[in-house]
Amino acid sequence: MAAPLPLSGGLLSRPLAWSRRHLFNSPTNAVMTVVVLWLLWATIPPVVDWALLKAVWVGDPAACRAAGGACWAFVGQKYRLILFGIYPYEEQWRPLLAIVLFIVLMLVSAHPASWRRWLFWLWLSGLALVALLMWGGVAGLPFVANDRWGGLPLTLVLSTSGIVLSFPLAVLLALGRRSRLPAVRAASIAYIELWRGVPLVSVLFMASIMFPLFLPEGVTIDKLLRAQLGIILFTAAYVAEAVRGGLQAIPRGQAEAAEALGLGYWQKTRLIILPQALRLVIPPLVGQFITTFKDTSLVIIIGLYDLLSSTKVALSDPQWRGFYVEGYIAAAGIYFLFTFSMSRYSQYLERRLNRGRI
Amino acid sequence: MPSDEIVIALRDVNKWYGSFHALRDVSLAVHRGERVVVAGPSGSGKSTMIRCINRLEEHQAGAITVNGVELTSDVKSVEAVRRDVGMVFQQFNLFPHLTVLENLTLAPIWVKKMRRSEATDLAMSYLTRVKIREHADKYPGQLSGGQQQRVAIARSLCMKPSIMLFDEPTSALDPEMIKEVLDVMVELAEDGMTMVCVTHEMGFARQVADSVVFMAEGQIVETAPPAEFFAHPKEERTRQFLSQIIRH
Ligand SMILES: Nc1ncnc2c1ncn2[C@@H]1O[C@H](COP(=O)(O)OP(=O)(O)O)[C@@H](O)[C@H]1O
Ligand SMILES: [Mg+2]
Repeated sequence: MAAPLPLSGGLLSRPLAWSRRHLFNSPTNAVMTVVVLWLLWATIPPVVDWALLKAVWVGDPAACRAAGGACWAFVGQKYRLILFGIYPYEEQWRPLLAIVLFIVLMLVSAHPASWRRWLFWLWLSGLALVALLMWGGVAGLPFVANDRWGGLPLTLVLSTSGIVLSFPLAVLLALGRRSRLPAVRAASIAYIELWRGVPLVSVLFMASIMFPLFLPEGVTIDKLLRAQLGIILFTAAYVAEAVRGGLQAIPRGQAEAAEALGLGYWQKTRLIILPQALRLVIPPLVGQFITTFKDTSLVIIIGLYDLLSSTKVALSDPQWRGFYVEGYIAAAGIYFLFTFSMSRYSQYLERRLNRGRI
Repeated sequence: MPSDEIVIALRDVNKWYGSFHALRDVSLAVHRGERVVVAGPSGSGKSTMIRCINRLEEHQAGAITVNGVELTSDVKSVEAVRRDVGMVFQQFNLFPHLTVLENLTLAPIWVKKMRRSEATDLAMSYLTRVKIREHADKYPGQLSGGQQQRVAIARSLCMKPSIMLFDEPTSALDPEMIKEVLDVMVELAEDGMTMVCVTHEMGFARQVADSVVFMAEGQIVETAPPAEFFAHPKEERTRQFLSQIIRH
């Protein structure tokens, strides 16, 4: 007796039946399958060959050139330059500690139980501590001017300060955009739309070239602070829109109940509306953070040594000429590590939010 | 028994939403200790009227005076009135991010600058009164609708208002929970609270109201003591309305 073919044969238990049903069930699919298989065949072995089999893990440039594979030895040689830029070599434990501090802050912020008012103050003190570590000049730490900061800590400082320090301004802008006072509303809308209408590149150029022209004679603000200020003002417009979304999600009845109890505008906003709205804002804020994290790489154009620029510096060593791919893969890997975990985290948050557990 | 003193006075109040005329020459006087029930078909302006009394809505013509303070765009007048007028909403509007106890102590602490310990004692005494003391540390979302509405009433009472406004306090409740809320309201009435209640609970109106106000299309059609209102409604529209809700 011939039993009917089970429809649910897996790839491993019945490979032929499975392939026929999933890969060759129409002429078009059959062609696609063949093309894709050929592409995989043509790309994977050479990549594996280059990245693993013929790769040089330790050694000098000569060994790398002889082997013809990836020169991971270059990354091993230069990782401190890539990670920390031209920060004084003996003091590089300080930026390393700063990176650890950032990661701890992010992990603490990830749990919804810590979405309380103290989180903002925690970040503020965390950033202050990072600044203290990086600058030094106190407690026996030698002073390091911020034109020697670079690499991952700089990327983290620019992006997290961009989000955290833009937050108060963003909240005011979001409230202003919903204000009943026409002047306040118009000013908020103008700010938000103006900053959202220009690309970050031009903001950075303005901060670096135009802004000093407006300062009185003799006053200078250094390049890093100017870029940071530009990033903060730019990010505020986007964060403001995220906050506005949170404000809109709070039912009208909440404000009415607060008003009926006699609470004034600021009491109502601070005690009733914002605590509820800001919890809703954290998922979109994570998305904004991913964007800002990647966008800070644009500071390369005004000569700041963030992660991407420090990679470029590492590549300019005449001894190690030519290992661009390895260098950029290493930098991309670091970016990817951060942005991928953040984007997975924001997906987790969204699922949680959909289940109504936040 | 209501005194002679008028605590809420509406004189020829008119209100528009855009071009829609929501209140038309509404005049009403409520005496201290009086219980007024407001009835009328949906969309007749009951909520609008009651919300004008604590200026959740602005009126555009006429005058509203509460406890001798005329409501104007002056923030001071609005604050003075709101401090003395409590309001209970159809949707409860408890603050979901605060515990029951925190819902109650918030306004005494921030508006009246009361010490936390004092506010907590006050809140617990009102929670006892609405029979919900054991839930003080829960969040509103963990309570039934009837319990939430009793918390909302207690929250208003913590501000020691001399007037309470109710906007359909039982309309969002399952039938078996209506009584527990009405019982609290009856008790309040017996204590002599001045009350204006928008409600379709005609049993409640019969039991506690000193007068029933019937509204239709933004106007007050008829005002009468409950016995007279139910037995001998003067206006045709009132009779229609009564026949509809009594049939249900
Ligand atoms: N915010 C508003 N904007 C526009 N129209 C409104 C608004 N609030 C109420 N209305 C309209 O005013 C009328 C009276 O509403 P309301 O006072 O809520 O009636 P009731 O409480 O008697 O059911 C209704 O027609 C309603 O659609
Ligand atoms: Mg209504």
